[in-house]
Amino acid sequence: MSALNLAFGSGSVLLNQKANSWQHAIELAGSGLINSGRVLPEYSQAMVAAVEELGPYMVIAPGIALAHARPSELVLENGLAVVTLSEGIAFGADRFDPVRIVFALAAKDHDSHIDVMAALSELLLDEESITILLSSSEESQVRSLFS
Amino acid sequence: MKIIAVCGMGIGTSVLLKMNIEKVLDLLDVTAEVQAADVASAKRDGHTADIIMTTPELMFHLEAMPGQIVPIDHVFDLTEIRQKLSSALGK
Repeated sequence: MSALNLAFGSGSVLLNQKANSWQHAIELAGSGLINSGRVLPEYSQAMVAAVEELGPYMVIAPGIALAHARPSELVLENGLAVVTLSEGIAFGADRFDPVRIVFALAAKDHDSHIDVMAALSELLLDEESITILLSSSEESQVRSLFS
Repeated sequence: MKIIAVCGMGIGTSVLLKMNIEKVLDLLDVTAEVQAADVASAKRDGHTADIIMTTPELMFHLEAMPGQIVPIDHVFDLTEIRQKLSSALGK
């Protein structure tokens, strides 16, 4: 299994969802990490608090956010989740709003998730993959991007 | 040459930025040590960095640092990173 397929556990890929705020969008992505057993439920709130504290710099590319909180006891295992939104949501990140893809990252420390980040980086550099991710309603189609 | 990539927590954006800086350094044929760091540890340990790359939202936290600060709008835009890094390196 590829680093990405392992990082996205069962229940961590949520497609074509509807969010009514950026907080809700982050909570949806967080629920993917909770579903897959990577974090405790409080982690979602910690991700929302991180954006409130530091601003929306986690919107890292047009339409794409990478939400996360600090490594802490709320993280059970490293992992990723993703939610795609049927309608874009404003995160207050002028240049890259509206956001339609929210990744949620759980990291136990500063180093052990680096391989996964390298694989995620390759995925995000590939425009075709992003187009497929946005248009997919089948998890299997999205999973094929991870391998 | 030491470059640090800085974000709020040092595990997400800065790690992605570090990887893309390393790609650009290869293209430019420049050897440098690149580290990812959160704002607090960059302020504490980053005084030996020649270049500090971060997102515009976080620049003001780092203004007192001795290194040259280079804001990057789009962490995945290798053209932007290449252009700004070349200019910072005087190339």
